This record gives sequence, structure tokens and C-alpha cells, in this order.
Amino acid sequence: MFDQLMNAATFTVPRLRMSGVRKSFGATRALKNVSFEVAPGEVHVLIGENGAGKSTLMKILSGAHRPDAGAVELEGKPFVPANPLHARRSGVAMIYQELTLAPHLSVEENILLGEEPARFGWLNRSRRRELARQALAELHHQNIPLDATVNSRSIAEQQIVEIARALIGQTKVVIMDEPTSSLTQADTENLFAIIGRLRQRGVSIIYISHFLEECQRIADRFTVLRDGESVATGDMAKADLPQIIQWMVGRPIGEIYPRFPHHRGKPVLEWRALAGRSKPQAASLTLHEGEILGIAGLVGAGRTESLRACFGLECIRSGVVLVRSSEATHRRPGQRLAGGVGLLSENRKAEGLMLNRSLADNLTLTRYGPLSRFGFIQNSRQRQATREWMDRLDVRAQDPGQSVSELSGGNQQKVALGRLLHHQASVFLLDEPTRGIDVGSKAQIYKLMGQLAAQGKAIIFVSSYLPELLGVCDTIGVMCRGVLSEVRLADQWTEHRIMAAAIGQASPAAA
Amino acid sequence: MNPSSPRKAFHVFRLINVAGPFFGLILVLGLFSLNSEVRPYLYTGGNFKIILTQTVIVAVGALGMTMIIVSGGIDLSVGSAVALTSVLGATLLVKGCSTSATVVLTVLAGGLIGLVNGLVIAGFRMPPFIVTLGMMGVLRGSAKWLAGNQTVNIPSSAPLNHLMALVSPTQLFPLPPGVWIAIGLAVVVSVLMRQTVFGRYIFAIGSNEATARLCGIRVPLQKVLIYALAGLLVGLAGLMQLSRLTQGDPTVAIGLELDIIAAVVIGGASLNGGTGSILGSMTGALIMAVLRNGSNQMGWQNFTQEIIIGIVIIIAVGLDQFRQSRLRT
Repeated sequence: MFDQLMNAATFTVPRLRMSGVRKSFGATRALKNVSFEVAPGEVHVLIGENGAGKSTLMKILSGAHRPDAGAVELEGKPFVPANPLHARRSGVAMIYQELTLAPHLSVEENILLGEEPARFGWLNRSRRRELARQALAELHHQNIPLDATVNSRSIAEQQIVEIARALIGQTKVVIMDEPTSSLTQADTENLFAIIGRLRQRGVSIIYISHFLEECQRIADRFTVLRDGESVATGDMAKADLPQIIQWMVGRPIGEIYPRFPHHRGKPVLEWRALAGRSKPQAASLTLHEGEILGIAGLVGAGRTESLRACFGLECIRSGVVLVRSSEATHRRPGQRLAGGVGLLSENRKAEGLMLNRSLADNLTLTRYGPLSRFGFIQNSRQRQATREWMDRLDVRAQDPGQSVSELSGGNQQKVALGRLLHHQASVFLLDEPTRGIDVGSKAQIYKLMGQLAAQGKAIIFVSSYLPELLGVCDTIGVMCRGVLSEVRLADQWTEHRIMAAAIGQASPAAA
Repeated sequence: MNPSSPRKAFHVFRLINVAGPFFGLILVLGLFSLNSEVRPYLYTGGNFKIILTQTVIVAVGALGMTMIIVSGGIDLSVGSAVALTSVLGATLLVKGCSTSATVVLTVLAGGLIGLVNGLVIAGFRMPPFIVTLGMMGVLRGSAKWLAGNQTVNIPSSAPLNHLMALVSPTQLFPLPPGVWIAIGLAVVVSVLMRQTVFGRYIFAIGSNEATARLCGIRVPLQKVLIYALAGLLVGLAGLMQLSRLTQGDPTVAIGLELDIIAAVVIGGASLNGGTGSILGSMTGALIMAVLRNGSNQMGWQNFTQEIIIGIVIIIAVGLDQFRQSRLRT
């Protein structure tokens, strides 16, 4: 009731307004012209490819960067936060993609971190407990124990703690950056319910996501960013997806899942009842030349562990791995690479790439032979080889010597994939290759996978995103609690059947 | 938008990246030459010979330390290892070993020390800081034990003494053989780090160990090799220490490891691993030697030098951080 009155009173004044915001870093123009408005109690999604300027925008709102030009207003007053604390005190809270909790502190300590109720530096513990409990209650999650350390809770619960933290104080705007990227379906539903509750309280939400279907479900309005400019804004209910995608990439995407004619050849990789330390329990499959084999399943089902055990990064407890029909179960990663098997890590930043090294170093790390003369690496050859891969993979960067940390997520992923191509791998183990990258780069990666299969390469494609699995793969298996189902032709699966198998509803082939 | 402008800016950044330590060296030389009394002496060949000779031990140690720090490790045992190897070399000479046998055995002893460091660090997955901190005590104690708690004097006629001897002290040339050895080794290690697969793997491990493993690099083996190789260089530094003092002194080179680490860090290496260069580290070692030499000639006391060098380290790393943050977008 009160909320409604307030909404009516402030209807003409948007909660947050950005107009003509610009920001450059050296010669890079991250934001050229960004304008949008968010009303009180509105869920506003920001859509754009990686590198479109979303993160810079967030950093301006959180006080990490200052805009070069343009105006930001919070409830009609100029808003230029000097630092993250200032932004939060003004009522703007951030929830980052990578959670920013202190892992060794308790849930309660984390919720009130930086805002501890205190008098002359003395902590008021009972008040802190009360505030933390209130915040969790507001999210309907009183079940999370306040005394548990944060690192003992699941990712989904940690995210709820993070949201609870954002609710401390007079929060007016909550900004969420890709909040569902590491959540399961059920936790995602739960998050949407929480967003609904925040909206009822009159909190405005700026929501960043690559999952357009998700945006359609929860958003009131949207703004599309492209190359640092806001190119379109409107009501989500009236928008259609192909149009939004076209705004994002600036060109119509013809076929997002292109098919290249390819046929199955000889078997190149076989798992027979592969089992790791705890996961997988039993994974059997046969991968052929020219085949794209998808592995679906929930996060934590054991898909990543299967690939890592096969590649030699985790131990194999039992089972057999055959490469080109000869037994090769226990091998080091170096030996796998020598046999033409390459792994793309699901975690680009922590494992996939050397972030502070150059593109050239990252691309060529596993195969220096053709770049060397008399055992000495020739820098010119390394740069030339890197340039060729940059052109072929459409990696947008200034120079082969540029550090990969400066690239957008999509371009980084292309560099990580490029390393396997430069290595001339013939069997690709791709773990979530399209996670957290923009639609344009995704389409390029699908195309690349199709081309590789047409050349007779074999690919195992692990993904949590069902449309892409169904769109790209020839065959699909579903992993549930460490057990891989029978691998069947893709057209025998539907999203519904895969989901049922992933949550253990269908009878798995092996047990 | 002019497409070439970001590229140009990028190259300027790279130039600053490479040339940064050089600017530092020129700046330090320039500052000392402001004093008209010091200037005529500072720029003489004889003085440069002294500076170079004083740099040699830190420089040779910094060659190995650069490899270790770039790989994401650290070695705190260098000072003690230099003391132990210098005592060992002196003892061998006194016991009647030939010069060549002494040189080979002492350098190998240094390599053995590094091998032990590497095996413990890689084999038990222990933090290098702790392992080498422990080794610092072990080696210092061993040096005192081996020397019987006193210095081991070698005959002044021993050929080893020529290694660091200053012949015709008013001219730059001839430089002591130790200086040439250090320059030659710097070239070799620099090429090793930049142009060989072994060297690229050092950078890979320091930048991201998980990536290195993913790319098939045998990280533990590689680490053992890095520490062993650095150990050989420390053995050589021990010989140079012996030659400079013409005696094996078990209490020598206390805190040398900190000078070496400072030289590497002033030269642009990150203690987080993944970045650094031999050229930078050598320049860093020279900056420290010039600071010492210049301060002496200004008539500044020892404590002043220590304060100045401490401040220079902080400024150098501070500038580096600033530069890194500007590079990042």
C-alpha cells in the first residue's frame, strides 16, 4: 500500500537515469553514448555482447570508475559515487558474477560486512544478528544458518547471502551481473522469486544476462548495448528475440546453429566404465571421427570430472580409456596432447588462460616446434602464427603481444580454443565452451565446431544449455550423479527428455 | 576513430615496459652528477670498474632468482648458500684440490643445494618461502660447522683470486674476469628464458600453474630444474665471493638474498610470477650498486644508503603497479 503510494508519487522521476554517458581508457572508448532510465520497482535488463560496455557501466554505478561525460541521476539528483562504499550508502548495491564474499567468515558476518552496527568501534552483536536475520527473512531464506561459514554453503546459498547483504540499508537499486550463470534450474527459479519480492518492495533491479529467454521471463523493460552505445530500449513484453539479437550484433544472425555435412568415421576415443575418485561413477561412450558428442547434465553431475580424468588431470579409479582403439587409460596431460587430445577448461580465468601473458604466448604454449629454428623460438614466427589464428578466429585484439586480460570474454575463449587448433588436436574435449560469452562469439564457436567435424575431428561438447546441445550435436548422453546415460542420436532427445534424465527421472542406461 | 591510434599507444606502453628500469638507472646517475664534487670522479672508468665488480655477485644471484621469481617462487636461502659454497671452495683449495676441480665441485654443490630446494618444494608441494627460509638456517649453520666457526683463508697467490681482482684500477679495462663471466651468463640465461621452450614454460608456470598443467607441462619436474639451475649460479656466486675476500667466511653475505630479490623486483618482475626479464634484473642490480657507490662518494653514512635503497625499492614497485593499472582497461 505504502509502496504503491510512493510509486505513484515518484512516477515522473525515474529511480535511476543515465544520459549520454561516456568513458575512455587510454585509446579504448569503452562507452560512447549510453542513456537509459529505470523506474522504481522495475526490472530492467541490460543486454549486449561481451565487450559492449556493460561491465564499465556497472563500474561507474558502483563508484569504481568516473564517467568522462554525461549525467547519472539517482532519484533526480546527480549521482557520481566516489567509491563502492559511497554507492552503497546512496542505495545502489551490486551483485557480481563472481561472488565477493569472505569465504572464512560466517553468513552473519558477511551480510553485515562493512556495515556492522557498532558504537565507538564496539560491535553490537545482537543487533547484527537481528539485521542479518531480517535480511534473510525478507528473502524467505531463514533456513540458512547465520553461524555457518560461507564456504561451507552451496553457490546458490552464497548468492542469497550476497543478495541479503545488498538489502542492508536503504537499498534503492540492485544491480545483478549474470546472476544465474552458475545456478541450477531450481536455484534460478528461486532467484526469480526473490527478484519478484524485491520488485514488490519497490527496489529497482538492473539485470545483466546473456540468457535472453531468462530476460524475457523476468524483465519489465530492456536496453541493448552495442560497442559502448545504447542502441535500443523498450518494453520486454513487446519485443521479439530475433530483433533483440539483431540489435546486439548489429547484423542479422542467419543460422545460429549452422550444420556442415559430415559423417562418422572410425572410433577415436572410447571410455569403458570410466570412474574417478568420487565422480564419475560410470561413464561409457565411443567418440568417432567427425562426430560432435554432447554431454548434458546438471552442474556437479560429474561431466567436468569425466573430461579431466580422461585428460589426465584427475585420477582414474577404474575403467578403461582407448585412444584410436588401443588401450591408453593412465596418461599425463602432456601425453594426451601428444596423442592429439586437447581439453578446453570450463574455467577460462583460473585454468584456461595465462591472463597476464600475451595472446601469442597463450596460443602457442603447447606447440613451439614450427615456431623454432635450431631449438630457439623465433618471435617473428610466433607473432605471425598468432596473427593468422587471430584472423581465422576473428579475435578482436590490437596486437599478438597484447595481454589476454584486456580481451573480452568471447575473444579470450577464442584464444583458448585457438591453442587447441594451433596444437592440431584431433580430439577436442570442450567443457562449457560458450559459458559467459556473447551471442556473436557463440555463433562463431558453433560454426567452428561444425567445420572441425566436417574435417573429421572428433568433439565432446559438455554444456548446460540445452538448445545449443540439441542444435550442434550429432549424439547426446546425459550425466546424472556421476553416471552417463546411453549416448543416443540427438534427434531422439528433446529438452524435456534431457532434463528428465538429468534429474534422474528417466531410467539411466547403466547403473 | 583512427584505427592506428590504439596500436601506437600500445607500442608506447610496451616501450615503457621494457625501458623502465633503464630510465631508473639514468635517473640515478643523473641525480648523483648534480653534485659538482662527485661528478668528476663518478664518471671515471676506474669507478665504473668498481661499480661493475661490486654488482657481479648480486647480478649472478639475480640470474637464478629471476627464473625462480618468474616461475612464481622465491629463494631466501641464497645468502647462506653463497656463504656455504665460498667456505666449501676455500676448504677444498686449502685441502689441496686443483683450481679447476674446486670450481667444478663448488658450482655443483650450489646446484645440489638448489636441487634439494626444488625437490622439497615440488615433491611435497610446500610453499617456497617456507622451504627456503628453513634452508637459510640449515645452510648458514652448515657453513659455520664446515669452517669450524672461523674464516678459511686461501693463499693470496691462488689463481681463483684473479676472478674478481682489479688490475690497473684507474681504467675501465681490463675488467675482472668475473664481470665478463656475469655478462656472458646474463646473455645465455636471457636467451634461455626468452627463446627456448624451457624458458617459456617458466613464464607459463608463474603466470598460471593450472594452465601450465592443462597444457601438458610437467610442473614439478620443471620446478626442480629451475631451482637446480639457479643453484648452480649461486655456487658460482659463492666462488666470486671467495675470490673477492680471498677467504671463505661463513658469516658473509647475510641479507644478500634480499639485495638480489630487490634487484629482480626493481627490474620489473612481479612477485606473483609470470613477468620479469634478465635485462631488467641486471639493470636493477646496477641501480643498487650505483646507489651504494654514489652515496659513498657523497660521503653519506651507511644508514643513509640503507634508507635510500629501501625507498627506491618501494618507488620502483609502486611505479610498476601504477603502470600495470594504467595498462589494464
